[in-house]
Amino acid sequence: MSILIQLAIGLLFGAGLAISGMAAPAKVTNFLDLAGQFDPSLAFVMGGAVIVAFIGFRLVLVRARPVFAPSFNLPTSRTIDRRLLLGAGLFGIGWGLAGFCPGPALTSIGLGAPGTFIFVPAMLVGMVAARLLAQGGATVAFAAK
Amino acid sequence: MPATEFTPLTALLGGAMIGLSAVLLMAFQGRIAGISGIVSRLFPPYTDNAFLGRLAFVAGLIAGPFVVMAATGAPIAQTVPTSTPLLIIAGLLVGFGAVWGNGCTSGHGVCGVSRLSVRSLAATITFMGTGVLTVLFARHVIGG
Repeated sequence: MSILIQLAIGLLFGAGLAISGMAAPAKVTNFLDLAGQFDPSLAFVMGGAVIVAFIGFRLVLVRARPVFAPSFNLPTSRTIDRRLLLGAGLFGIGWGLAGFCPGPALTSIGLGAPGTFIFVPAMLVGMVAARLLAQGGATVAFAAK
Repeated sequence: MPATEFTPLTALLGGAMIGLSAVLLMAFQGRIAGISGIVSRLFPPYTDNAFLGRLAFVAGLIAGPFVVMAATGAPIAQTVPTSTPLLIIAGLLVGFGAVWGNGCTSGHGVCGVSRLSVRSLAATITFMGTGVLTVLFARHVIGG
């Protein structure tokens, strides 16, 4: 049951991305192009999502626990460190180059544009590399103790 | 680069659906709907037993546009860049950066910002900033 619910929640996310127009990289890069073909649509996507999530999270998080899990798993760190800013900075450069971030890129797979089939594998390689590097760093720190 | 039409209503509607999806994932699974976190954890090392749930979510994400096309009867417009080197470099940066910075547009930009997380706000301002600078440089300095 939990698996079917997660399929439905993913479907809602993917349908939302498709309706919002964010599966089209040109709309994303035009949003970032303040000095040129500026298209403010992405701000409305973020705005719509943040308003619903801001209210919805408050309604959900007063409950004792999620339906299918023993507790809510929320990030607790409040530290703005170099790693966060470096990661976000690199992410933004790639995002500006191609107009794809992870959600829209995956949502676009079925739409069949050739560029998607180059971008998505490269993105997965980047993700695995970051996890391995992070894990290697943790191992080194552990070994140094 | 061609101009794109400003579409505030479908943008708001689609955004609201994304926000609702994030709220439902929290309500049912107690987890943040961060796409980079969900997708990167489809690969080892596995630290929990939520693999099938993540796979189901990603399957739904990929199936989403087909439901929209079936409902509206219209194709979904797309203009994807065609330069192979650009797509490889951009894909590597997006994948690496999102995992290294613990989140992307969904995890930081939507979920984190709506939880008023200062980390997520800092990350969102940073990737918006480097994104704007990248487009400025690519289109108006090099491409000019």
